[in-house]
Amino acid sequence: MDLVQLQRQFVDYKTSLYHEGFLDEQFTQLQELQDENNPDFVVEVVSLFFEDSERLLNELARALEQQSIDYKRIDAHVHQLKGSSSSIGAQRVQKVCIAFRNYCEEQNVEGCLKCLQQVRHEYSLVKTKLESLFQLEQQILTAGGSIPIFSRVTKLLKGIYLLSSLSLYHIFSV
Amino acid sequence: MGMAIDRDDTQFHVLAVDDSLIDRKLIERLLKTSSFQVTAVDSGSKALEFLGLNNNDADDEEEYEQRDSNTESVSSDEDQDLGLGVNLIITDYCMPGMTGYDLLKKIKKSSSFKDIPVVIMSSENIPSRINRCLEDGAEEFFLKPVQLSDVNKLRPHLMKGRSKDIDSSHKTTSTRLITSGN
Repeated sequence: MDLVQLQRQFVDYKTSLYHEGFLDEQFTQLQELQDENNPDFVVEVVSLFFEDSERLLNELARALEQQSIDYKRIDAHVHQLKGSSSSIGAQRVQKVCIAFRNYCEEQNVEGCLKCLQQVRHEYSLVKTKLESLFQLEQQILTAGGSIPIFSRVTKLLKGIYLLSSLSLYHIFSV
Repeated sequence: MGMAIDRDDTQFHVLAVDDSLIDRKLIERLLKTSSFQVTAVDSGSKALEFLGLNNNDADDEEEYEQRDSNTESVSSDEDQDLGLGVNLIITDYCMPGMTGYDLLKKIKKSSSFKDIPVVIMSSENIPSRINRCLEDGAEEFFLKPVQLSDVNKLRPHLMKGRSKDIDSSHKTTSTRLITSGN
């Protein structure tokens, strides 16, 4: 695959991740904090997220296996997972955590087990997708290209769309 | 006109407190991007330790002063000028042990540190929590995830603290300049 094709594949893939709700605006914010002096910032933060999430998921599984379930402890873990997924923009993981916390409050073990399964699933999806995204980036860099600055393109497009729809309604109003 | 900046005081020192490693990394990057010097710790007690205040000192400051009256005067403004001093504290609300609110209270009770601006961050949008923090002395309350636009709001609070050393006529000028600039 040539460089232009790689870059196109990257943009398409990344766009789909946002459209499908795997990533949100916060992920874009992370990228904007990366620069020549901190070229691995995003990968570093995401790696921390992976480590942290795996630890929390194991703790959650263990806590839900207990004879007497400590819902406060479970809630604390889910709160942490919700926080870290929100911090990196892993929107679907964050959403499941919100539902998970509600079941904790209700002390509903069935609901909690279901959510644990869901959050495990969403986590593994976003992990795979982020790894693929980083792999694509590496391929582009290895081929001597630069990573398309996706966020600026979408912001520009959003701005143009907004302006044109506003002008239709306001230009001729009195 | 009003602001004669002769020393390198663009480097404000922020103490960031958060039990989450990811959030510490994030806040550190956000602050450094905005040219702040950062020290990040993972708990309220570590924050107090860094400030040179252990958990007990904050509560019986008076007793401490009587016992060793010399140290108190030495540790005030001079430390802050040395750059080891902290110009602003930004802390997470939900932390095990000492919450961000507990930390806020301890700092405001301390005669040496009560004037350091404190900002609270939280992932939960609870109006009563926000109001309580603001009423009890927090300068700002940021909802997580914290953005660069939030960090940009910190500078006026820091400039207020710095101009405290300049005489009052200059201070009013610089404050007016800052607020009109926003």
